[in-house]
Amino acid sequence: MGSTSARTDGDGFGRRDLIKRSAALGLITVPTMSLLSACASGGGGSTDKVEKGKITKDNPLGVNETAPLDVVIFDGGFGQQYAIDAEKKYNAAFPKAPKVKHSATQKIQSTLQPRFNGGTPPDLIDNSGAEQMDMGVLVGKKQLLDLTPLMDAPAVDDPDKKVRDTLRPGVLEMGQFDGDPVWVMYYAYTVYGVWYSQTALDKLDAEYPQTWDAMLALCEKAKKRGIAGWTYPGKFPYYLPFSLYPFIAKIGGREVLDRIDNLEPNAWKDPAVKAAFEAYYELYKKGYILQGTPGMTHIQSQTAWTKGKALFIPNGSWVENEAAPTTPEDFRMKVAAPSGLDASDKMPFGTIWASGGEPFIVPAKAKNPEGGMELLRIMLSEDSSRNFTKQVKSLTAFNGGTDGLQLSTALQSAVDALAKAGQNVVNPRLQDWYVKLQKEQIGVAGLGEMMAGRATPAETIKKIQAFADAAAKDPSIKHYKHQ
Amino acid sequence: MQHGKYRFIVGFLALPLAMYALFVVWPFIQSIYYSFTDWTGLSPEFQAVGFGNYRRMLEDAIFWKSLQHSLWLVLLLPLVTLGLALFFAFMINVGGRRRKNAVVAGVRGSSFYKIAYFFPQVLSIAIVALLFQFAFNPNDGMINSALAAVGLDHVQPNWLGDPDLALYCVMAVLVWSTVGFFVVLFSAGMASIPRDFYEAALLDGAGRFTTFFRITLPLLWDTVQSGWVYMGILALGAEAFATVQIMTVGPGGPDYSTTVLPLYVYQTAFRDGQAAYATTIGVALLIVTLAFAAIVMRLGRRERLEF
Repeated sequence: MGSTSARTDGDGFGRRDLIKRSAALGLITVPTMSLLSACASGGGGSTDKVEKGKITKDNPLGVNETAPLDVVIFDGGFGQQYAIDAEKKYNAAFPKAPKVKHSATQKIQSTLQPRFNGGTPPDLIDNSGAEQMDMGVLVGKKQLLDLTPLMDAPAVDDPDKKVRDTLRPGVLEMGQFDGDPVWVMYYAYTVYGVWYSQTALDKLDAEYPQTWDAMLALCEKAKKRGIAGWTYPGKFPYYLPFSLYPFIAKIGGREVLDRIDNLEPNAWKDPAVKAAFEAYYELYKKGYILQGTPGMTHIQSQTAWTKGKALFIPNGSWVENEAAPTTPEDFRMKVAAPSGLDASDKMPFGTIWASGGEPFIVPAKAKNPEGGMELLRIMLSEDSSRNFTKQVKSLTAFNGGTDGLQLSTALQSAVDALAKAGQNVVNPRLQDWYVKLQKEQIGVAGLGEMMAGRATPAETIKKIQAFADAAAKDPSIKHYKHQ
Repeated sequence: MQHGKYRFIVGFLALPLAMYALFVVWPFIQSIYYSFTDWTGLSPEFQAVGFGNYRRMLEDAIFWKSLQHSLWLVLLLPLVTLGLALFFAFMINVGGRRRKNAVVAGVRGSSFYKIAYFFPQVLSIAIVALLFQFAFNPNDGMINSALAAVGLDHVQPNWLGDPDLALYCVMAVLVWSTVGFFVVLFSAGMASIPRDFYEAALLDGAGRFTTFFRITLPLLWDTVQSGWVYMGILALGAEAFATVQIMTVGPGGPDYSTTVLPLYVYQTAFRDGQAAYATTIGVALLIVTLAFAAIVMRLGRRERLEF
């Protein structure tokens, strides 16, 4: 064993000198490197689009029949088979075009960000999952193509109808950010609400409660049998709005939610918000929330729910697939619209939150944008829609396509809930317009603290209003308004 | 042999230094440059905005909170981890009862402990964080079930769901996963301390306590110091990010109680699409890291013993 210090004795030079000299060498090397390495955000601007094809009855978008098509699909809960099936139809429609270049990934942002920065994005993207690219920024930076030509094109199944008239309520509006252009086509259709097991309710001789008093009474009944009323993903408290926001709309009308989305001053101080928050806070105060809920993930809370430890959970229609591994055979999973507060509510029972999922985008710099839109048009046919529902047990943006399909209890209950809601479908936009505000500020810092009992409804409303005001003033955030 | 030496050394160093410059120094310079722009990270267009991002950062309450948590980790993690590791290593190597054939020896079963402590090092930090996420489940996780099993039914904390406990839960996981590495490192260091030193100390009547502070620790100081730097970088870097990102509420919660600088950089860049502001926070992180290394190097400078 020797010493670890530098020797400075006599001839030769020590380690320290060596380090000094090599550092100097490094300094010389750095500037020369700049010539070799390309700048991360350089490039851009190449617009070698393919020529547009001839517009015919079968080719209303004018797709170039020989041009290649480049598609990137998010390979998540819905898989990618549905897209591959649609691509086969595209190739059948345009036999002269090469086979569609299909790729699927879970890492949308890391795969595609360099391509956007380099100006060579694909022609159609399913911009979904944890690595979703911020659509507000993409729109703001003019990276997306206006899909209005697609919306005005005739539908595949009925040439007399435009594509825009075949969509479910709210889907088209979701794709708009500022004015008429449609930037995003949401392909899946998600129903949010209060999820429960019909079997569990039957065991308590109970119906799904339509008013909050009935809800509290049912929770009390369950508590006596050692079952909690509610649970929610405490680690991701932004699941709570799935039933809370339509509850607010039911109490005070959909304008309340619109004002909240528009980040108007004092939007959160509306009496409807206060009433809804207090109702939910009562669940905590009366001990109807499953013990430990504030520390649970979505999977952990869903598992506790499928095990029958709690009756209700705010969730979206993906829960059927996600909780499938732990769901008992006789669970009979169902979704319902939130219970109302009382008879003075402005909207009827059945008012529910439903909106598009799986946002598809066509980049502004795509080489074959008509091809990308044409593939979307094919996907929005009844046949493709039915195929999607059959494969992944979810509805699509296409209004219909479920007749004659054998639906699961959960999916059937979602279809029924939508039928019951009719025009009373609300679509709060905070979660796609202001992700940080919705998830981190309203969800974790606001609702999460309130439902864990660490803040009162009044404090929470004040806190959330302050977050909303700050977001409204922040110049680095792009702002949107309901049309 | 004096001439040609430089050429010889340069020949060896040119390639690694060039790679270092290309993959480490150059990205640093680039990100400092981007921190003066309004680049979103999602399009190639951006403009220079001067010190706008820095002004915004200084007024950003979440930035200060993240900085505070990161500094807290940098102070506490090395202290706890290295303290525990030194204790364990000492007990394994020197702390045992005197036996007939050896002057110093570890406690009974020390070779088993050495392997047991090192075991978590084999697992990736993501897996460790995921495992502890299950253990910390307040409803039927391992820890609360164990508490209930010994009759503590009324003590059922929410762990990661409790703002007062969450950051300590994260620290505990980081300590658990890294302490073994330092036990092995310090054991190796202790094994190289000549036995006659201990023998002499024992003859003079020194107890375990004195032996540790008068002989083991001073002779191990270089190793402890590098361990300190290593732990600090870990507390400011990827490991702290991974555990917070995977385990905590939100992540970063509840109510910002666990947010750390690398997490804030990640969220700003990839969730909010504000890459330029994220690089600004990254520059702050760079400064903190450099300051930390400088302080440790200065404080740790001692006379070195040769043996």
